[in-house]
Amino acid sequence: MSDALLDPEEARRLRGKRVERVAKWALPVVVLVVLLVLWDRLIVWYEIPHYLLPGPGRVIETLVKDWAMLFEAFLVTLQITLLALAVAVIGGVGLAVLFNQSRFAEMSFYPYAVILQVTPVVAIAPLIFIYVENRTVGLLLCAWIVAFFPILSNTTLGLNSTDHNLRDLFRIYGASRWQRLRYLQLPSALPYFLGGLRIAGGLSLIGAIVAEYVAGTGGIGSGLAFRILEAGYRLNIPRMFAALLLIAVTGVVIFAGLSFLSHMLLRRWHESALKRDS
Amino acid sequence: MNDLIHRPILPLGQRPKLIELAQVGKVFNGQVTALRDMALTVNAGDFISLLGPSGCGKSTALRLIAGLSTPTQGRILWEGGQGAGDLGVVFQEPTLMPWATVAQNVYLPFRLRGQSFPSVKGEIDEALALVGLSAFAEAYPRELSGGMKMRVSIARALVTNPRLILMDEPFAALDEITRHKLNTDLLALREKIGCTVIFVTHSVFESVFLSDRIVVMAARPGRVIEEVLVTAPYPRDEVFRTSADYAAHCQVASQALHRAMGDAT
Repeated sequence: MSDALLDPEEARRLRGKRVERVAKWALPVVVLVVLLVLWDRLIVWYEIPHYLLPGPGRVIETLVKDWAMLFEAFLVTLQITLLALAVAVIGGVGLAVLFNQSRFAEMSFYPYAVILQVTPVVAIAPLIFIYVENRTVGLLLCAWIVAFFPILSNTTLGLNSTDHNLRDLFRIYGASRWQRLRYLQLPSALPYFLGGLRIAGGLSLIGAIVAEYVAGTGGIGSGLAFRILEAGYRLNIPRMFAALLLIAVTGVVIFAGLSFLSHMLLRRWHESALKRDS
Repeated sequence: MNDLIHRPILPLGQRPKLIELAQVGKVFNGQVTALRDMALTVNAGDFISLLGPSGCGKSTALRLIAGLSTPTQGRILWEGGQGAGDLGVVFQEPTLMPWATVAQNVYLPFRLRGQSFPSVKGEIDEALALVGLSAFAEAYPRELSGGMKMRVSIARALVTNPRLILMDEPFAALDEITRHKLNTDLLALREKIGCTVIFVTHSVFESVFLSDRIVVMAARPGRVIEEVLVTAPYPRDEVFRTSADYAAHCQVASQALHRAMGDAT
């Protein structure tokens, strides 16, 4: 009975929390369904021909019908994206460690890393494809240029953000440079690196797509971007939508995967992964 | 490696010399004198408090002894030279690695000397037992209270069985109840392993409770004003904290601190 006396306030709070938990998933789904239905109805009401704007049903239909071709293209794009991300991780972390260990290396090369970053990849890509013979290498290079910088700058920040007292402690215990890097700086930098990685995941997909647009060569071994271009020339609008859907889903899956990785690595100790009872 | 050994604490006056600070001075940027002409002989078994207002150079003195900065005048000499693991340090913050468990944090001094975890497991377990945290070896720092984190920090400082432990206002950020408890536990620890401690504080009460030698310092420029001996015998406990003897020593130390403050203005 005493529960009932205390409760109204607390019950309201609990109810609010429950509603919030459901709403977090339910609301985006509701919005999606409403938009799809609206889209579908508009097509029917205004009798819009499918070569101008296909309905959602026709997009899915095309996705299924063209699956063999689209999936092949998807694999090509995914391969470039993941390879670019892997090389961005190696290059970004490698450069960050190099810059951290050697002031002179940082002074010498950091400005060029920035220049590479601020120059739009669309502007560099045509040149790259003139000088780089291998198409895959060219695509990879473009995607890498876009993706490596957030990893470099975040990891650099992380390596420099070690606790000063811990640094002192490592000095007192006579830690070598390597030990300090391995046991202090790299773990300190991990949350920053993972933040950069999540950005880089999305950017490597963008880099891969943009590079494919610029490269533009057709035939066997073409990615999703080329399929969109090609479908555009043929006014095959449903296929453009289907490819676009595939790209969007890929981006979401990459982001979710990296977020999950980040959560698993940090959940035991980092503030960002802690659940708080507020 | 031995387990943590007990070194007997001899009475004041019979203790062998451990470290000597000879006219040590520190000037920052050639103009700000943080410390001037500090002469101090630290003997094995001493519990020395450096007591003084902020800016008196007590933390500077500690950093000099720790080898984190070098004196601009004078020298610091270890009897028989300073070996690896001769020094343990506790900072004002617990300074734990948040990504490592309690046991891994205490393991750090050994890890940096290239010793494997299994080979020093005994020392780590014993150090954790000494600070009463055996049950928390696998916990992460964020799961511990402020006082428990400080205990881990103390366990890490004493795990190598150092000849000297430096403590820089380690309990200043804790609440009074926890601080008193940790003060008592620290003294019990010292009885058990016989370590030498230099303890920086700005609390007269803390310095009298803990130490047998109080070095009173003044600011601008940082320097030693006088030394107060606390002759009350160990072990000291909560009874001592409320005794007339304690109050009398506090008064002496307090007056010395006042002279130091008056001098500074």
